Order: sequence, then structure tokens, then C-alpha cells
Amino acid sequence: MSLLEITDLKTYYRASDGWVRATDGVSLSVDRGETVGLVGESGSGKTTLAKSIIRLFPKNAEIVDGSINYDGTEITELTDRQLRKQIRWSEISMIPQNAMNGFDPVYTVGSQIVEVIRYHEDDTSKKEARKRARELFNELGIDPDRIDDYPHQFSGGMAQRAMIALALCLSPNIILADEPTTALDVVIQDRILETIKEKQREIDSAMIMITHDMSVVSETCDRIAVVYGGRVVEIADAETIMMSPRHPYTLGLRNAFPDISDEDKDLISIPGTPPDLVDPDEGCRFAPRCPFATEECWEVTPEAEDYGDGHMVECHRADEIEYLQEEAAKKETWMEQEIGRPDETPPEVTSDD
Amino acid sequence: MSTETNSPVTRLFDGVANSARFIRDKFEAFEGDRLGQIGLVILATFIFIGIFARPITIDFLNITIPGLAPHDPTATRVGGRLEPPSLEHPLGTTVLGRDVFSQLIAGTRVTLLVGSLAAFMAVFIGTNIGLVSAYFGGWVDDVLMRITDIVYAVPFLPFAIVLVAILGSSIVNIIVAIVLVLWRSTARVIRSQVLSHKQRPYVESAEAIGASHVRIMYLHILPNVLPLAFLYAAFAVGWAVIAEASLSFLGFGDPTMLSWGEMIFNVYTADAIRVAWWWVFPPGIAIMLFVMSVFFIGRTLEKVVNPELRHQE
Repeated sequence: MSLLEITDLKTYYRASDGWVRATDGVSLSVDRGETVGLVGESGSGKTTLAKSIIRLFPKNAEIVDGSINYDGTEITELTDRQLRKQIRWSEISMIPQNAMNGFDPVYTVGSQIVEVIRYHEDDTSKKEARKRARELFNELGIDPDRIDDYPHQFSGGMAQRAMIALALCLSPNIILADEPTTALDVVIQDRILETIKEKQREIDSAMIMITHDMSVVSETCDRIAVVYGGRVVEIADAETIMMSPRHPYTLGLRNAFPDISDEDKDLISIPGTPPDLVDPDEGCRFAPRCPFATEECWEVTPEAEDYGDGHMVECHRADEIEYLQEEAAKKETWMEQEIGRPDETPPEVTSDD
Repeated sequence: MSTETNSPVTRLFDGVANSARFIRDKFEAFEGDRLGQIGLVILATFIFIGIFARPITIDFLNITIPGLAPHDPTATRVGGRLEPPSLEHPLGTTVLGRDVFSQLIAGTRVTLLVGSLAAFMAVFIGTNIGLVSAYFGGWVDDVLMRITDIVYAVPFLPFAIVLVAILGSSIVNIIVAIVLVLWRSTARVIRSQVLSHKQRPYVESAEAIGASHVRIMYLHILPNVLPLAFLYAAFAVGWAVIAEASLSFLGFGDPTMLSWGEMIFNVYTADAIRVAWWWVFPPGIAIMLFVMSVFFIGRTLEKVVNPELRHQE
């Protein structure tokens, strides 16, 4: 039994024109100490998926169906109070995207960490909590004396470290890292990732890393889940995803990132835009942008199929892996395809007169 | 070790140190701002006069601190009728032979009381309504803001006159009348500010950490909008003093509590406005000075809230 078991999760947003199916039937499991990366374009639903785990979403969002089982506790059935007291932060914490704004500007960073510790651990004294906060600062490479500084006095990288300190202060079992390094430059980015990994190993917690940066996931994650249009279209261990993916979208994503060893290789982007998630039709969500889409792809929503070793792919043509990989590496394949259904009849023009 | 940290004495020291730092931070805004400083000095003078206007007797110490007013402001015939200013009566006397200077000093107290109490209560109510309304949104917001709209439609003077006429003219009723109208602007402004703060990442962080709604509202969002509440409190003080003076001038003041507005009312009813300038001008100027000082302070506080103003001079 995994630490976290998400089964057929559906988190929808209520919009004026219907339900936005930001997470539509996702199954994912995370083991203790494991790092799972969620990659995908903006708007693919990866953040919604992660935030669903602690039910942290706006009022118009709702978990419509499915289950999130955390260590035997069904999170979808907890009351708000139980969720606050038992799960949030003490069990599952979060490193937000923009740490600079993640802290309340009117309190010192240290007092916020102390507040969090004391809020969840009733019998910890203020002095002990402060001592722990200082230790954490030290371990994360911040001068412990800066604990009494206000968030705006921190630089971006330092604020991110402080945020990590905040996320780790209760030694949670799962850390949700929502693009933790997006706001930072590459040098700092690398160091921060290193720090996160190091601390993660130390307290043996699992991590769900959300990012759109393939290089970040390939470096830090054990397994990678590729999210597209509210669904996990492919999931496998990091090496498989990077070396021999089976889903055309993953192939396309891989093309869009530079390979330093291959100088001549051009970057190929996937044409088109992510799908509209308001009440989508049947069929594969990637079909409109997929160069390999067939009639079947438009009609039938593909089911996840296991290709061994937990490599799950949602694609009708995943069997033709050699052909797909070969074709996907060519720029023409992506550039010359038409966006949308090729044989689609143009909408009928009806006139009243 | 830990028992030491939690002893009430250390906590008290912590609290004092924190609030001292807080106050010092707030006063930084007054540095280099002449008008703000003038406002502070005038206000401090009025507060001093207000506190020591009448003799204060401390029973268990058996001391009486003499009041600043040289005469009993309500005693008639301390001088002649409508005497112009003299050494004995620096601001002359009233038609009943009362000392105007003593009346002016005694009136400070009522003005301060009404101003600070009404402003504090109005801002307290307004801030809470704005906070709750914006934070919860939905029907809570609808209900509270429609109530605010209704209050916005209430004209102050007719409302206060009717209220005081029904409940009787006492200082408490006047404060109630002022508060019932004054909270509306604070509620609106705080609401809009909270609406913006609610969307900021630190609120989501607090939520992820497991903070409850009440905790997020009062421990995280409120401190961020508090400077704005202070600003509105400063303006509310000025407004409340003017409102009290207007009511008193119209004859709806508390007859037992002498205020500046009531003094002008007395001149008016004695038909002495054209004769006794020494009786009319002092309370009028006092009202003006007081309100001015509060607005100067408000103007300085506004810089704390709105940093753009800092670069304008």
C-alpha cells in the first residue's frame, strides 16, 4: 500500500459555461520517500491535482468523484477542521511557487515559522520552536540571525529557502512543491533543488514536484507523470519517460527542451494550444494536436495501459512505439500537421431566407 | 529553561518591547513632516487640557489635582454680564456671567470623549464588517454590503435629530447616532482592501498550513489592512467632533455636558452673536484647530498606507 493513493480523482471548477474539468479521472500513487514529478503545460491541471491532495482550492472548485487515500485516511471525507488539524502541513506541506509572497509581510519570517510549529504542536514552547527554526535556517544555508527579518528583507533565493524551512519544520510525510524554482535563476535553482532533495532524504518524506521544466524533473524525480488536459497521459520512472516515452505528447515535450550534447538539433515545439477543459468531448484530448491521431483517437477516450514496470500510457497507438519515436524526432511531423480534426466537415451554414 | 520563557513577566516584557517597536515604527512617518508634527502637538495639547480640565480627586491618596479651568464653568455671576476679555476673565463672560475661558477648557473633555469614542467604535464596527464581508464573500458579502448601502443613504443630521429626539439627548445617544452612520465608509474601504489581500499567496500559504478562517482573517489579513483602519480612525475623529458640534448647535446636545458646539448654541440662543465676539470665536476656533490637527495626522498616516504620497514632496 502506497503512502498516497489517488484513484480516479475528478476535481472540477464551476464556471459560467459549465464544469471546467481541471483534473478528470486521475490515478496516481506515491510511495514513502519517493519523488514524483508532474509535468505539463500551463493549464494542464497539474497544480489543481496537487492542491486537491490537501483540498486547497478556491470556493468554486469541487472534488466531484474519486478518492484520495493518505496512509489509510480518506482525505475527501475529512471535515475542514480535521483536515486543518491532522493533515495540512503536519502530514502534507507545500512549497509555493512564489515564496516572496508566500510569507505574511507584517510578521518576521522566524515568528511565522514559530507560529506554524506551535500551532500544530501544542506542547512545544516558544523557545524550543525558535531554536528549531534557527537550526533549520542554518541547515538550509541562511544565517540564523536573519530569523528576525521581515520577508521583504530577503532576496528571492533566500525567501525560497525560508519557505522550504517552513515546509519542513514539521517533518511532513509529503511535500507538494509547486514549481519551487520557477522564480529563480538557474544557478540558485540548482542549489535550491539540491537542498530540497537533501532535506527530503533526511526526513524521508515523499515529494510531488510540479513543474513544466523537463530538466528539473529529470534531475530530481524518481517517477514522472505527464499531465495533459486534466489527465495523466503517461507515467513511468524518470529514465523511461526521458529515454523511451510512448505517448506522442511526451515525445513532443521532450523535443521542446534543448539537448546540450546534440548541437545541431533544433528545438521542436508542439503546435496548438492546450485543450479547453469545459465539458470536453469523448476522445483523446491530445488528438487535435497529435500528428498521429487516427479516427479512433477522436472517437474513443483511451484507457491507461500498462507497458510493464508501472509504465502506464493513455494512447491508442502506444504499441507502435518505434514508429512514433522515429517520426516524432522529425521536425516536419509536428510542423506539417493540421491542428484540429482533418476530415471535419465545416459547420453547416444555415440561413433563414 | 522553558518555564522561564513562558513566565508572565517575560511575556509582559516581550509585549511591551513589541508594542514600543510598533509605535516607533508608526511614528517614523512623522519624521520630516511638519504638518503632521504640528497636528500631533495640537492634539497632545488638547488631550492634556481635556484630562486636567477639572479638578481630579484621587480618594485613596487624598490628593486633589487642581483643574486648569480658573472658575467653575457652570457657576453663574462669577463676573458681570457679557463682560469683554479682562485679566480676571481672559475670554470675557457669558450673558449669565459665566467665565468663557473655563467653559472652553471644560468643553475640551466632551469633545475628546465624543471624538475618540465615536471614532473608535465606528472604525471597529466598520473594519469587522468589511473584513467579514470581503473574506467570506457570497451571500454574507451581499447582505452586509446592502446594509452598508442602506446606511449610506441615511442623511446624518435628520437621522441623528430623530434618534436623539426619541432616545433623549444624552452624550451616549449622540455617540450612538454618530457611530451608526460613521462606520459605513470604513467598512467599504476595508472590504475592498481585504478583497485584494484575500487573493495574495500568503493567504493561501496560511490556508495550506492549516490556519482556520478566523485565524487567517484576524492574524494575517487584519494586520495588513490595519494602517488603513488607523487612517480612517483619524478622519473619523474629526468627523465625529464636527457632528457633535453640529448637533449641539442645533440644540440636541447633552444639557449636562458642556461642549464647544453647545457654547455656540448658547451664544445663539442668547442672541449675543453680534455683541460677544469673545464668546463665539473661541469655541469655533477650538473646533477648527482640533479637527485640523486630526486631519494633519491623518494626512501623515496616509503616507504609511499609500507610499506614492511619500514621493510627492
